[in-house]
Amino acid sequence: MIELNDTTSSAIAAEFVRARRRAGSPAMGMVMTLVFVVEEEDAETAMDIARSASREHPARVLGMILGDGRGAARVDAKVGIGSGWTGETALITLSGAVTKHPESVVLPLLLPDSPVVVWWPSRAPADPAADPLGRLARRRITDAAAVRTGKAKAMLTQCRAYAPGNTDLAWTRLTGWRALLAAALEQAQSKVTAASVSAERISPSADLLSAWLSDRLKVKVARRGSEGPGITRVVLTTKQGDIVIARPDGKLATLSAPGEPDRPVALKRRELDELLSEELRRLDPDEVYARTVKRMVKEDAK
Amino acid sequence: MSDDATSVFVNPLRDPQDRRLPRIAGPCGLVIFGVTGDLSRKKLMPAVYDLASRGLLPPGFSLVGYARRDWADQDFAQVVHDSVKEHARTEFREEVWKQLAEGIRFVQGDFSDDVAFDQLRQTILDLDRVRGTRGNHAFYLSIPPRFFSDVIGQLKEHGLTDPKPGAWRRVVVEKPFGSNLETARELNAIVSEVFPPDSVFRIDHYLGKETVQNILAMRFANAMFEPVWNANYVDHVQITMAEDIGIGGRAGYYDGIGAARDVIQNHLLQLLALTAMEEPTSFDAKSLRIEKQKVLESVVLPRRLDLATARGQYTEGWSGGVKVPGYLEEEDIPGSSHTETYAAITLGVETRRWAGVPFYLRHGKRLGRRVTEVAVVFKRAPHLPFSATATEELTQNALVIRVQPDEGVTMRFGSKVPGTAMEIRDVNMDFAYGGSFTESSPEAYERLILDVLLGEPPLFPRHEEVEQSWKILDPIVDYWAEHGKPDTYEAGTWGPASADKMLARDGRVWRRP
Repeated sequence: MIELNDTTSSAIAAEFVRARRRAGSPAMGMVMTLVFVVEEEDAETAMDIARSASREHPARVLGMILGDGRGAARVDAKVGIGSGWTGETALITLSGAVTKHPESVVLPLLLPDSPVVVWWPSRAPADPAADPLGRLARRRITDAAAVRTGKAKAMLTQCRAYAPGNTDLAWTRLTGWRALLAAALEQAQSKVTAASVSAERISPSADLLSAWLSDRLKVKVARRGSEGPGITRVVLTTKQGDIVIARPDGKLATLSAPGEPDRPVALKRRELDELLSEELRRLDPDEVYARTVKRMVKEDAK
Repeated sequence: MSDDATSVFVNPLRDPQDRRLPRIAGPCGLVIFGVTGDLSRKKLMPAVYDLASRGLLPPGFSLVGYARRDWADQDFAQVVHDSVKEHARTEFREEVWKQLAEGIRFVQGDFSDDVAFDQLRQTILDLDRVRGTRGNHAFYLSIPPRFFSDVIGQLKEHGLTDPKPGAWRRVVVEKPFGSNLETARELNAIVSEVFPPDSVFRIDHYLGKETVQNILAMRFANAMFEPVWNANYVDHVQITMAEDIGIGGRAGYYDGIGAARDVIQNHLLQLLALTAMEEPTSFDAKSLRIEKQKVLESVVLPRRLDLATARGQYTEGWSGGVKVPGYLEEEDIPGSSHTETYAAITLGVETRRWAGVPFYLRHGKRLGRRVTEVAVVFKRAPHLPFSATATEELTQNALVIRVQPDEGVTMRFGSKVPGTAMEIRDVNMDFAYGGSFTESSPEAYERLILDVLLGEPPLFPRHEEVEQSWKILDPIVDYWAEHGKPDTYEAGTWGPASADKMLARDGRVWRRP
């Protein structure tokens, strides 16, 4: 890591090239720029997660810390290339007036002609697509479960502000559940007449899962409280009986279906780097997510 | 099952636009014969675990081992547990193991044991009941081909090959698919007597590799390669699979088979087919097979087999800093063996696209290093407006698809050397799937086992292709059998001098891969 104090974007860009040459390889195999926006105390953790997630998709990772807006405008950066990894990283701290213009720092550092992804690990703008940094990106990733204040409303805020390219990690956390539910229904081959989702009281994922189920199955989905962790139980009621997936411990689920033996299924709550990896795999808008958030907004209006 | 079974059930939770949801196989089980073997422990069981860990196996998936060992279910489960811990690609997690462990069974017996096959039938029926596998089972024959007839006969006799309506039974066989056209046909007759063609999956694990599939993506998804992918621009193609190891413990199988039949017949001819074939109308199994079949049928042998082929046997030497014995000194190899451990052949492809472009295929053991690649070497530019001294170090442009290790693509072209004089030299541009990237890219066996369970055959060669490949290779191997013996090469080098001469006659040289 090279520290650049009171610096500029072009000095950071030059340092990337120098660092690569020092490592002996001027070749670039990176496929995207990943920008994340965090508070200073979360920066290191977020950088580790981003680095780990971008193993699958070598990226230039830019961590943006928007510091104190008072005082003289100043840009500080820590620049490095990965060892044992093809990407590049810069942790950039802004202070003073430039905190209002972070895009001016990021724009010159975007890789030519390749996609840009912005990730807000914790607090996200109310409308990510209108955010100065969000506007630069093709994909915008928020995490409603990780905000520190206003948790209960965070997911709904993101749903209302949906724009193509937005997704929330609450949705990513559902992939395993959704895959298993789809597989279970495939085996049952039967029409679902009612459904319910049990989860912790505040659980953006459970809200999205209910909305997805009601959107796809055209039934009312009951939302029940439980001790968690996360989602603990989903029931699809059919004429033959209930299809139940219960996961009390956040790891191993049991699938029960009418006329079938109970079967254990691994359904672990995934780590952030795995979730982010999944997001980076798809750089086009997620239409199914779009329909789900639309449904959630509609249900809320009722 | 359901009251509306007459009308087709459309799963409302599935949506073609929902590309996050993985394809999970329906309820099913896998029965492995020869479960104590190396392949089973090092590749198959870990691949099954990795699939489970990625959430791609159906709930209730069951794994049945069949072998002669005196094991109970728990003993077998312990073996699976250990091999998974040691060889699986993904992290070992207790909950994934629990999902698998409940469905693990073991049946003891040899391949002609009526009682044991009856027990196997019971086990499968039992699994259908307690695990809900619904009569869907794949039989993986990880056993020498001489036992196929026994096992398949027993499966048939015990009613294990006829699925009840709505269920499936599939059989998976590994190479070698025979040792010549005749034995390949015999083998196919045995299998196809019992299983319909769509239920037979021949595993050529090379075809499951990401880089091999990428040959198709590279050729047919891009605009810049296909226009030069023909005899107007391509001078020749070199397909190499080199191994740095010797025959190891495979003496019994290898002696009498040799390099050409072991590798060229399957892996290299499949690579040739993918490199040379025309664009398929779609990427389903049938369209791919039609194109592969067509190009294999257009392959012609050179007139003079003595001049256009070469073979060798390694002798004692130093390989990567270790002193290693020659082939004839390996354990259990007779001193008079004429089996080749290196084979190089020249093939032509008689199509408008490829007429006049030789395809050089080579494979050997104890070569310089372990590498598999397809190198498309282009003609020199028709006119060079530079002085002869300026282009002295410029050779031919090349596009190299590196299949393993270090998966990726290399392009070689000329570039000006910085300085005042005009001097042009070869440079390489590399695309790497990347050391880190491939960590998470699935092992070939995972992909192939999943495809078997899903019933998707695009990556599996059909018996027509297998037979066509033998038609190409048989005349060469027969010619060798009647004419002399293999040349020799020192272990750790790039093969016999005769192979270099073979290319020199055409005015070409082998790449050092």
